[in-house]
Amino acid sequence: MSRFPKPVEGSWTEHFPELNTAPVSYEDSTSPEFYERERKAIFKRAWLNVGRVEQLARVGSYFTKELAVVNTSVIVVRGKDQKVRAFHNVCRHRGNKLVWNDYPRKETSGVCRQFTCKYHGWRYDLEGELTFVQQKSEFFDLDESLYGLVPVHCEVWAGFIFVNVAEEPDQSLIEFLGPMVTALEGYPFERMTARFGYRTNVAANWKLFMDAFAEFYHAPVLHAKQSPEKYSSMAQQAGFEAPHYGVDGPHRVVSTSGVRFWEMDSELVKPMEHITRSGLFGPWDSVDLGEMPSGINPARCDPWGLDSFQLFPNFVLLFWSQGWYLTYHYWPTSHNTHVFEGNVYFLPATNVRERIAQEMAAVTFKEFALQDANTLEATQIGIESGYVERFHLNDQEVLCRHLHKVVGDWVMDAENDSVAVKH
Amino acid sequence: MSPLPPEFADLQPFAEQWCLATEPERYEMRLATPMPDIVAFYDAVAPRAEAAMAYGDQFPYPEIPDNALNLLHLLYSMIMVSFPVEVWKQQRVPDTGSAAFDCFVEPTP
Repeated sequence: MSRFPKPVEGSWTEHFPELNTAPVSYEDSTSPEFYERERKAIFKRAWLNVGRVEQLARVGSYFTKELAVVNTSVIVVRGKDQKVRAFHNVCRHRGNKLVWNDYPRKETSGVCRQFTCKYHGWRYDLEGELTFVQQKSEFFDLDESLYGLVPVHCEVWAGFIFVNVAEEPDQSLIEFLGPMVTALEGYPFERMTARFGYRTNVAANWKLFMDAFAEFYHAPVLHAKQSPEKYSSMAQQAGFEAPHYGVDGPHRVVSTSGVRFWEMDSELVKPMEHITRSGLFGPWDSVDLGEMPSGINPARCDPWGLDSFQLFPNFVLLFWSQGWYLTYHYWPTSHNTHVFEGNVYFLPATNVRERIAQEMAAVTFKEFALQDANTLEATQIGIESGYVERFHLNDQEVLCRHLHKVVGDWVMDAENDSVAVKH
Repeated sequence: MSPLPPEFADLQPFAEQWCLATEPERYEMRLATPMPDIVAFYDAVAPRAEAAMAYGDQFPYPEIPDNALNLLHLLYSMIMVSFPVEVWKQQRVPDTGSAAFDCFVEPTP
């Protein structure tokens, strides 16, 4: 018995014509050879989110981003004209990595007037032009105007900075994001500057962690012990159903309905949730963020829980109804490892109680994420054994099916040298 | 020394260990502290949390005096140990082996 109506086709999976209902293979998550194809076909062609404009507060603010998956490091900097630009982090003289501190492989950030190479002192301005060459007269036919930093395509949407390492991207960022994602514009990202950031190395393919957060079928089981027993057994018996799934090109969304913890029996919530008036779903006392853009809560659920938008390839924007949002990034480092970064954003607290509620939400997020991350290593081990080839996905796991389908399509398309428009 | 406001002298014995300014310090302390000591800390501070928040809210956040800030850090530690006390019955999240989730930025205070 469905709690929420399914599409007329009878299921969400059949609702999306590009998907079928057959068991799937996860060879795309275990094969080193496929990973190399994926790097080329996806990560070297898609727009990748590397940060937010708040990280570049003023002229000369910069940060570096290590993008192992496309074999480069980029410098992202705000120029004298306020424009945000990205460059390959390589000095044009002898190829030394230009911007780093102490450890060449570690990311760094700061504010500067120009970039000076640590090796022979070549200098570049904030717009990437080569402005100084040590002992210039010793060089032969050196035209400085041709030796600025190598630019990386860089565009900003809603304060999110994206780069694209393709020589010429197939689509602009806005075309790539498409209408489902750009309908999120207007959410007050720029006001939500109270940030908790977490990072970890995960011994699993990046898509397996995307899958873990693309379905909530796992939640009543994997996370059962996080809640008082009475709540857990009710949740497990009820199972999980989402009222809405959406797909737009390579991007996807799941919405969930809400739970009003503060109206619940005290046996159903943890003592610390009562004390802090907060928990997994966020602070109980919701904040006023103003009118929401049309893309939020697309199915107009009431009560509404959250929307989790998975932006292709590796970026998630998750909005909670309680007025806070999260970002997830999954940065592949090999066919069976990746770096996961999770960020939690709130409006800056205006008093101690609000700050305490934020702390509780952030701590709870970490407890859940630790469980999810460790389970993934176990999944990688299971599928890597290779003795089981096909796996069932149910209708609540439709977005996992979609991710693997899109990844396969992009790899095929690139290899067929297709430039078909897709967002 | 991490002095607490005089009204919270009863919590002073826990201040040295638990008034920690950053999440990595608090998480590390949680993993390193035996469960009976964690429970004793939780049992002492949780009933005082309401009063502590009311105390902190006398000041215009985020400009709060040092001893109120210490009290706030003590409350963050209370939240940090709440899962081990209320649900896990151990310091670490069950079934998470050596998994880590390192906090590299957080709002201050």
